[in-house]
Amino acid sequence: MRNLLIFITKYNAFFLFLIFEISSLLIYIKYNSFQKATFINSTNKVTGTLYTQVSQFYAYLSLKEVNDSLARENAQLRGILKSALYVDTIEKHKVVDTTYKQQYTYIVARVINNSTNKRSNYITINRGSKEGITKDMGVICSSGEVGMVVDVSEHLAIVQSVLNKNTRFSAMLANNKEIGSFIWGADLDPKKGLLTDIQNDAQPKLGEQVVTSGYSLFPTGIPFGKITNLHAKGGGLLLNVDVTLAVDFSKLEYVYVINNKFAQEQTDLEAGQKKNE
Amino acid sequence: MSRAILVNAIRFLVLVFMQVFLLKNITFYNLSTPYLYILFILLLPFEVPNILLFVLSFLLGLTIDAFYDTPGLHAAACVVLALVRILFISITVQKDGFDNEPEPTLSIMGFRWFFTYALVLTLFHHFFLLNLEVFSFSEIQYTLSRVVLSSIFTVFLMLISGLLFFRRKERK
Repeated sequence: MRNLLIFITKYNAFFLFLIFEISSLLIYIKYNSFQKATFINSTNKVTGTLYTQVSQFYAYLSLKEVNDSLARENAQLRGILKSALYVDTIEKHKVVDTTYKQQYTYIVARVINNSTNKRSNYITINRGSKEGITKDMGVICSSGEVGMVVDVSEHLAIVQSVLNKNTRFSAMLANNKEIGSFIWGADLDPKKGLLTDIQNDAQPKLGEQVVTSGYSLFPTGIPFGKITNLHAKGGGLLLNVDVTLAVDFSKLEYVYVINNKFAQEQTDLEAGQKKNE
Repeated sequence: MSRAILVNAIRFLVLVFMQVFLLKNITFYNLSTPYLYILFILLLPFEVPNILLFVLSFLLGLTIDAFYDTPGLHAAACVVLALVRILFISITVQKDGFDNEPEPTLSIMGFRWFFTYALVLTLFHHFFLLNLEVFSFSEIQYTLSRVVLSSIFTVFLMLISGLLFFRRKERK
């Protein structure tokens, strides 16, 4: 017994190392899936407040670019206003439009923490459950697709961006509507993505847009990017193409969180169907 | 003694702030990212007891993790770093050759020793950190080039900060 104690005190560094290493690896493995709530992340009180403060300062530095992009978007939206269209009937009649019902609403949010240089990148935004954000909502910005909400606190939320090894979105070619799935490429390039599993007879073209399909959290037709290489490696029997992303993730400032009003209904319905089987 | 505690507490705060709000945003071609915060562990005095060294490394790692959204990752790498530090110092330094509270800084230990010390420890830390982050051997070539290039960047910043706080009168 005494010899054992002497042994342990002599090599105490090694035993201390074992204790701390095992405990930190346990934390790493246990909490690293974002589905589980943990206090060691950027939505907790201290880190969240600090990030908000600093990002308010950073926001001043990029006012010019934000203004430009807002103005561009305004111009684009003005283009699709009713008043911008030429009315070619002289008769005026008012139609109460019952065909359309609002399905998607948008919540604007500011990015307060962002990274692009890791294997799994997450974005923190300054809107949370208080503003009506819940898990699994889609997130876009004015130039395209950004990601999906994975964790929510009262005032903040964490978005798993497209630049993440776990990201997989349903996407399609803009012209011939061939469905594939969109992932981030293996070489960690924040400007490139990969559209995988397209049917071989799809014949994609260089420069063609890749957009969201209607099967996901997003409205149809939100751009991921443009095809730059038709013969990416991998894929086997099916086709893979390289896509240059439409969004510049390193300059992300404002994003929109998409609230799909039928999402709850859809998941309930599909869950009910599964139970019936 | 109390001066050493104060200096190290300030160093902790400054390094964490620099890492989280400045260096986190710096990267070259997504290959080279500096992790300067480990300088805190490198510069702890020689006499710090092993248990305290491990506790401080663990806490530093967790603090960085809280900001990086990777619970446990940096903590694990920092604990490895603490072990390598103990081994390296026990091999290269004779404990009783010093008078009052020596620290492993550039100005006291000289350029050659400090450079080897910083390089070896940084390589171990980055190797462990980046491999644990990716967690697969399929991208090992890419990860290794990230380890080497990031280490060069980090050691470069360490040497610069060592020269900034160079105190000539302490050198014998």
